[in-house]
Amino acid sequence: MKKELGIFILLVVTCLIATVCTIDYDPALTGVSDFFHRLPHAKFISPANITNQINLIGISGIFSLGLGFVIITGGIDLSVGSMFALIGIVLAMALREWELPWSPGHYWPWPLAAMLVILIPMALGWGHGLLITRLKIQPFIVTLCGLLLYRSVARYIAHDSTKGFGNAEGFENLQSLASGSIHLFSLPGKTLPGQPSVLQPGQPVNLPMPFVLMLLIAVIMWFVLHRSIYGRYLFAVGRNEEAARFSGINTRRVISSSYVILGFLTGISGILFAFYTNSISGSTHGQSYELYGIAAAVLGGCSLRGGEGSVLGIIIGTALLQVLRNLVTLMGIPSELDFAVTGVVVLIGVLIDQIVRLRAQKKLTAAR
Amino acid sequence: MNAPPLLEMRGIAKQFPGVRALDGVSLHIGRGEVLALVGENGAGKSTLMKILGGVYQPDAGEVLVDGQPARISDVNEALRLGVAFIHQELNVLDNLDVAANVFLGREPVRGPFRLIDTRKIHADTAPFLRRLGLDISSRTRVDQLSIASRQMVEIAKALSLNARLIIMDEPTSSLTLTETARLLQLVGELSQQGVSVIYISHRLGEVSTCAHRVVVLRDGKNAGELSREEITHDRLVSLMVGREIKSAYTPPNVVPQPGFFKVRNARSSLYPRQQVSFDASRGEILGFAGLVGAGRSEIAQAIVGLDPAGGAEVWFDGHRKTIGRPREAIDHGIYLVPEDRRGQGLVVEMSVRENITLPSLWSHAWHGLIQRARETVTAQTQIASLRIKTPHAEAMVRNLSGGNQQKVVLGKWLAMAPKVMILDEPTRGIDVGAKAEIYRLMRALAEKGAVILMISSDMEEVINLSDRVAVMHEGRLTGVLERAGCTEENIMQLAIGGTVPAARPAFTN
Repeated sequence: MKKELGIFILLVVTCLIATVCTIDYDPALTGVSDFFHRLPHAKFISPANITNQINLIGISGIFSLGLGFVIITGGIDLSVGSMFALIGIVLAMALREWELPWSPGHYWPWPLAAMLVILIPMALGWGHGLLITRLKIQPFIVTLCGLLLYRSVARYIAHDSTKGFGNAEGFENLQSLASGSIHLFSLPGKTLPGQPSVLQPGQPVNLPMPFVLMLLIAVIMWFVLHRSIYGRYLFAVGRNEEAARFSGINTRRVISSSYVILGFLTGISGILFAFYTNSISGSTHGQSYELYGIAAAVLGGCSLRGGEGSVLGIIIGTALLQVLRNLVTLMGIPSELDFAVTGVVVLIGVLIDQIVRLRAQKKLTAAR
Repeated sequence: MNAPPLLEMRGIAKQFPGVRALDGVSLHIGRGEVLALVGENGAGKSTLMKILGGVYQPDAGEVLVDGQPARISDVNEALRLGVAFIHQELNVLDNLDVAANVFLGREPVRGPFRLIDTRKIHADTAPFLRRLGLDISSRTRVDQLSIASRQMVEIAKALSLNARLIIMDEPTSSLTLTETARLLQLVGELSQQGVSVIYISHRLGEVSTCAHRVVVLRDGKNAGELSREEITHDRLVSLMVGREIKSAYTPPNVVPQPGFFKVRNARSSLYPRQQVSFDASRGEILGFAGLVGAGRSEIAQAIVGLDPAGGAEVWFDGHRKTIGRPREAIDHGIYLVPEDRRGQGLVVEMSVRENITLPSLWSHAWHGLIQRARETVTAQTQIASLRIKTPHAEAMVRNLSGGNQQKVVLGKWLAMAPKVMILDEPTRGIDVGAKAEIYRLMRALAEKGAVILMISSDMEEVINLSDRVAVMHEGRLTGVLERAGCTEENIMQLAIGGTVPAARPAFTN
C-alpha cells in the first residue's frame, strides 16, 4: 500500500505541475488574483483534454493490467504493440473489406469481428505460454519473435496501406461502445459563452467508455489478483516456481494462462485503440506500446524478477505515464523528447524504490 | 611453546539492534591446529567468524595475529593476514574453469594488452590441485565437477592466497559419506602442512574425528572447551544446549501396521533402468539411507508425481492410487518435505501464513476467493502447535531461522492431515534444539497413524530415529534393515552396494 501511495502522490504532483505549467501566459495579467482567475482555464484541465487523457488512460490501463499479470509470474511480453497493429488491421478489414463467404456482399458483422480480434491475441498468448512452459524458451525471446512477426503479418495483410473505419456504417454500435462515453451529470447552472473550463456551470461530466471498461476490468482483476486462489498462485509462481510446483500448483497452467489473459485484455485494448486512432497503419500503429505497458507496471511496483505488483499500482503507473506524455505535448516540448521524459521519470521512480529497498535491507542485516 | 598463537581473539563483543550477538568471546588457535567451533544456530559462530573475515567490526575486544594486534577492516585485509573463508554456499563461478576460479581477480597477464596468460594460469594451478590430491584438469569447467570437487577448488584458491587459517563453515552439509571422509582426511593433511583450520559443524561425529580441540559457544558466550581426549558426543551436546539430551532411539508406542503403504516399480529419471519397490507400515518411521546421489530424493519425487519422466505404482491399504501430477499425490495425502528448503519447500518472500496455506488454498476459499480469516486460523494453529518462533503469522519466512523455516514447511503439510509424509533431509542445517523438536514431531505423527519415510545422510539421525532402514545404492534398494540390524556398519555396507546377512527384502507380495 505504501508503494501505491508514493506513486499516487507523484501522480498528483505531476498533475498540479501540468496544470500550472499550461496556464496561458498573458503579459498584461501578472497579479496573484489574475493567476487564480486563469488557473481553471489551464490547458491541462480543459474538459476536452481531461476527457482525452482519461480515454487514453483507459485504453492503456486495460492491457497494462494484463502485462502486469505476466510480469508478476516472472515473464514479459514484448509483442503487445505488434498485436495492436494486427488487431487494428484485421478489425478494420473485417468490418469494411472482407466479405462473408456465406453471404457475398456483406462484411463481417461487428460482434463476430470483435470476437475474432479478441480470440487472435488470446490464441497467440496461449502459443507464447506453450513455448515458454513446455519448451522452456525464455519469454523475452518468444515475445521478441512475436513483436517482429505480428507487425509484419499485419503489414502484409493490408499490403502496407492504412486502414480506417470511415463512417462506421453497419457497426455504429461497436464504435460507440469503443469511443463513446457515459454521461454522469452536468455541473449545476447555465452554460456561459466563452472558453470552457472545468468549473464552468452547465459543463457536462462524461466518462469515456474505455475508462469505464478499464474500471470494470480493474475491479475484476483486483479480485482475481488480490483475493483469489489464482492470484495467490501467480505470486507464488513468480517468486519461486519450484516451490510452487512442490506445493501441488500446476505452474505451467498458471504461467500459460497469464499470457492468455494478457491476450484477452490486449484484444479489448486493441479494439478501443483502433477506434481511437481511426487510422491504422500496420507499420506504426501501437508501436512501442508494450514498452509503455512495461514501464507502467514497473512504475506501479511490479518487479521484473516476478512475484510483485498490484492492480492499483499498475493503474496509477499508467495514469502517471499518460499525464507525462500529455505534459510534453501541452508544454510545447519537442515531441522528440517524449521518450526522454518518460525514460527519466521511470528511472527516477525505480531509483527511489531501489533506495528504499536497500535501506530496508540494511536495517535488516544490521539486526542480525 | 613460547611463540604466540597464530591467532587470538580476546573478549570480543558485538551488539546488533536488539540482540547481543557476542558477549566477551575469546578464542585462540595455534599453527596447524584444527579447532572445531560448535554451537546451536544463533550461538554467535557466524558473527565471530565474520569478524575474523573482516565483514563486521567488533564493539569490544581485540584480535591478535602472531601476537600483534590486528584490525581486520575488510575482506582483503583478512586475506592479507592469511585468513580464508570457505562458505557453506560455495563461491565458485561454475561457468569458468578451475584455474580461472583459483586465480579469480589475480589472473596472470602478459603482453601489451594485458591478456590473460593462459599457460601460466594453468601451470600455477596444477600444484595446488596436486597438493589437495585432486585428480582433475585445471581446464575443467566447474559446473562439470561434483560439489565436493568444487569445494576443493575453493580450498585450492585459499591455498593459492597463502592462507594460514582456513575457516570452513558446515563444509560437509552437501557431501556424500565418502566425500566427507576425504575432506576430513584433507583437513588432517592441511594441519600437518601447518595450515590451521577452524571447522564449524553441526555434525558432532565429524568434529570428534578431525578436531584437536573444540570450542563451544552458547548464546554469544564461551560455553566451554574440550581437548581431543575429552570429546564425547554427550559432553558436546550438553555444553551446546546446557542440558543433557537423550538422543537415542525410542521405540514407537503403537504397533505398526505392515503393508499399509506399498510402492512398486518406482523409477526416476536419474536411474531410468532401476526400479524400486518397498512396503511401509502405518505408524513407522522408515529411514532411507545411502550415499548422496544414490537416487533417494529422486525416487521420493517420482512417488509424489514431481518427476514427469518417472513414476510409481502406489498402493494404499490395498487400493491402487494413480499419481500423475503432484496435485494427485497431495489429494491422496502423500506429502513431500523436500531437501532444498528454501528452493523447493518454501516461497521465502511470502509470509508464514501464505506458505502454510499454499497447498490447501481450496479449503480456505469460497468459490475461488481466499478467505483470509480462515487462513490466519490455520496458520496460527500450526505456529502454536509447532512452536514456530515468528513475531506473527504475517512475517516473511525469509527472516526466520533455518529451524523455524523447516517448521513452516512441516506446518503446511501437517495442516492437511498427512497419511504419508516423506521427509528429505529434514534436519539439514538445523540446530540441535530444533532437531530434537522435529524428531519428536515425526514420532508423534507416526503414532497418529501416518507413514513416515525419512531420507537422511546423517547416520546418527537414521540410526536413532528409524524403526527400519531401507538402504539405496546407485538407484536400487540394496536391502532393508530391521531395528536390530540398524548398525552403522550394516548401513554402510549396503550403501556401497554390498550385502549383509541382516538385510531383509524390501517387500513381500
